[in-house]
Amino acid sequence: MNRDQALFEFLLRMGDSTLILSHRISEWCGHAPVIEEDIALANTALDLIGQTQFWLELAGEVEGKGRTADNLAHLRDAWDFRNLLLVERPNGDFGKTLMRQFLFDVWQSLMLAKLKGSSDQRIADIAEKASKEVAYHVERSANTVISLGDGTEESHQRMQDALEDLYPYVGEMFIGDKVDEVLVKAGIAPDPASLRAEYDRIVGDVMYKATLQLPEDDFAHQGGKTGRHTEHLGYILADMQFLQRAYPGAEW
Amino acid sequence: MVTLTRPSIDQVWQWLDTIPDPEIPVITLVDLGIIRDVEWQDQVLVITVTPTYSGCPATSIINLDIETTLREKGVENLRLERRLSPAWTTDWLSDKGRAALEKYGIAPPEPAGGPRRCPHCGGDNLEKTSQFGSTPCKALWRCKDCLEPFDYFKCI
Repeated sequence: MNRDQALFEFLLRMGDSTLILSHRISEWCGHAPVIEEDIALANTALDLIGQTQFWLELAGEVEGKGRTADNLAHLRDAWDFRNLLLVERPNGDFGKTLMRQFLFDVWQSLMLAKLKGSSDQRIADIAEKASKEVAYHVERSANTVISLGDGTEESHQRMQDALEDLYPYVGEMFIGDKVDEVLVKAGIAPDPASLRAEYDRIVGDVMYKATLQLPEDDFAHQGGKTGRHTEHLGYILADMQFLQRAYPGAEW
Repeated sequence: MVTLTRPSIDQVWQWLDTIPDPEIPVITLVDLGIIRDVEWQDQVLVITVTPTYSGCPATSIINLDIETTLREKGVENLRLERRLSPAWTTDWLSDKGRAALEKYGIAPPEPAGGPRRCPHCGGDNLEKTSQFGSTPCKALWRCKDCLEPFDYFKCI
C-alpha cells in the first residue's frame, strides 16, 4: 500500500464517520424532545456535514479519479464506506443518541488535536477548522450525558443501558492497521492506539459525574474501517442516496 | 468598445463592505471578517473567503453574492478561493459589526464565553437556554430582567 492509497483510506474513515453520524442525528430533526435540543442536534449535523465535505473533497483529490465529495457520498455502496461501526448504530432514545455522540465527540476532538500537527498541511487545515466546532459538540454531549445519567431513576437506567450497548463499539477507534502504519511513518496521522489513554481519562471522568458504570469487558466489534458493516448502514444509504440514485445528477 | 480601468483593491474592499451577511443582514461580509484577501493576479481579481462554520449553509449564498456584486461593478475576471487556515474566529468581527449586531438584538461574542448584557434592556441577569441557537454561530440565551430570549453570537 503506497502513501496515497493509505491517505485515501484514512480520509474516507474520517469523512464517512462524520457523514454517517451527521445523517443519523439529522433523523431527529423535528422529533427531539424539546425545540432547543432539536436545533442543537440539527446544528451539530450541519457542522459534521460541512467537515465531511472537506474530508471527502480531499479524498477525491488524493484519489485522482475526478470523484467529488458528492460522488463519494452518494454513489458508493456499503462495502466502500469506511466509517466506524459506532456511528451507524440506530439512534434509540434521545439519551442513547447523546451517549453515542459523546463517545464519538471525545475521540474526534482528540484525533483532530493530533491532526492539527499533521505533516500534510491540507489535513492540518481541516483539523484546525473542525476542532473549533467539535469543542462545542463535546461540551454539550458531556453535559447531557451527566444530566441524564445523574437524573431520575429512569433516565439513569436508560443511560446505563445505552452505555452498555454502545461501549463494545468504542474499541474500534483505537485499533490500528496497515493504513495507520503508513500514515504514522509519514507524520500524517497519529497511531490510533496513542489516543486511548486520554480518551479513557475523559470518558471515565464524565461517567463518574454521570454516576454511570463503564463496562469492564473491553470486547470490540470491528470492521467498519475496512468496509465490513452492520446491516444498519444499508438502510441509511438507501435513505441518504435515494435521490441521486433515482435522479442521477439532480441538483438544486 | 468599452475600456474598463481596473478597480483598486481599496475600491473592491469598499464594494465588499456593502454586501450583507445573508443570515444577519445588518452586518456586511467585511464586518464578519470572512474576506481574508483581495488581490489582482495578472488580470484576475482573486477574493479569498474563509467559512464561519464548516457546514454553514450561507457559504454558497455568500460566494454567489460576492460574484454578483463584483460583476455588477464591471469586474469580469474574478475567482473565489476558499481558505481554511487560520480558521475563522469571532475576534475578526469589526467593531462596527459588533455594534450593529447588538442593535439588531444579537449579543456580540465575548471572550468570557457568554453575553455581557441583554441586547434588549441592557440587564445582566442572564441565563443560557441552549448551546446552539437559530444558526450554528449562535447560542440561545434569556434575560431574567426583561424575560426576553435573545441570540448570542458564540465565540470561536
